[in-house]
Amino acid sequence: MTFDTARPYRLHPQVALRDEPFGALAYHYGNRRLTFLKSPGLVELVRGLDAHPSLDGALDALGPPAPERARWLRSLEQLAASEVICAR
Amino acid sequence: MLADRLKRGLAAPICLTWELTYGCNLACVHCLSSSGRRDPRELSTAEAKAVVDELAAMQVFYVNVGGGEPLVRGDFFELVEHAVASGVGVKFSTNGALLDPVKAARVAAMDYVDVQVSLDGATAISNDAVRGPGSFAAARRAMDNLAGAGFGAFKLSVVLTRHNVVELDELEALAAAYGAVLRVTRLRPSGRGAAAWAGLHPTAEQQRAVHRWLLDRPHVLTGDSFFHLSALGEPLPGLNLCGAGRVVCLVDPVGDVYACPFVLHDQFKAGSVRDPGGFAAVWRSSELFRSLREPQSAGACASCGAYDACQGGCMAAKFFTGLPLDGPDPECVFGHGERALATLLPGSAPTPGPGHSRRRLLPVLPSR
Repeated sequence: MTFDTARPYRLHPQVALRDEPFGALAYHYGNRRLTFLKSPGLVELVRGLDAHPSLDGALDALGPPAPERARWLRSLEQLAASEVICAR
Repeated sequence: MLADRLKRGLAAPICLTWELTYGCNLACVHCLSSSGRRDPRELSTAEAKAVVDELAAMQVFYVNVGGGEPLVRGDFFELVEHAVASGVGVKFSTNGALLDPVKAARVAAMDYVDVQVSLDGATAISNDAVRGPGSFAAARRAMDNLAGAGFGAFKLSVVLTRHNVVELDELEALAAAYGAVLRVTRLRPSGRGAAAWAGLHPTAEQQRAVHRWLLDRPHVLTGDSFFHLSALGEPLPGLNLCGAGRVVCLVDPVGDVYACPFVLHDQFKAGSVRDPGGFAAVWRSSELFRSLREPQSAGACASCGAYDACQGGCMAAKFFTGLPLDGPDPECVFGHGERALATLLPGSAPTPGPGHSRRRLLPVLPSR
């Protein structure tokens, strides 16, 4: 599925997050992959995706200031590719 | 950097190995837990389930179950089903002897259960030299049973030795023929392996070839166990660090918690799940684990340009060969370990003891 930030996203239903000092560990019970979320801010955003009508909207509300936005988008695209998050 | 954060420890282990029993039908010469006889103090079913509950509460997403041979335990499936129902996935290692068609079907029917069949050679001759007579045939039967039950991609797990290095391509083909995934891990001088290591560990030249072989095959799993080879230049995929007490630990059959599966020795025992506070207290606040999460000294390796890549190698490999922990790995790719080993006085390596190896039965003279 293409990564479309205008769409609403969510934490993948088969993924569990475990808080860690560096951010969180995400475990996908389907593909059994472990993913590192390397900042607490990113974890907060991923947990909050449900409440926003689009990924862009979630980034506006919970994301970083503009200069860092592109980096977060790349992280989110990777999380989507590894099915930690998915379109809803 | 992520690796630096991981070295300071995590809220719970990523990779927890749980040896369910020291009982085993085999007596492999390199057994890291010197298994054979069951320990009468083994965790009861109720105690083992309580450990699962605690792991679930800590969000340990899966456990690597081994032994001994875990299928020796009569409550094996009860424990696995309890774990899976609690959200703790199970990857279990077996020599296959007890994995008959009925059990294979039962395993195949469960979600979140992975199987690793151990095999240390591509032929009965090379495998059975290490794992004992009949063990190759038993493992192949288990693989047939898993395939017959439609399990899907199980793991074929190989401990690399100087004798099976040359069979890696064959082992890869064997795994592929079953639709299985090959997993190759490093031989440690732990348990009975302490005595077998000198004659079994790959040569320096073989190590270089294995490094290349693995780099060319990112689909082959390694348990991140070859990070000492990263000193050759290109790091292998995975976490290139010693996770002992930081991201990894071992729970043994009687509930003792060790820093990693390869250091079953009092010096690396952090506590017991039977202690007040259970596993969580051991993981979070044992003195041993706290000290392992402190910055470690590079010691004799400090002046080596490759230290950042290899991190000085494997703690267990150093410990059981008698080398200082803050120095080179015995299989250091630059030969520093080999040179250090040559200067050791005989008897300076700690003895792992007989563990739970079966005693040889002495002939009994008929009484008069």
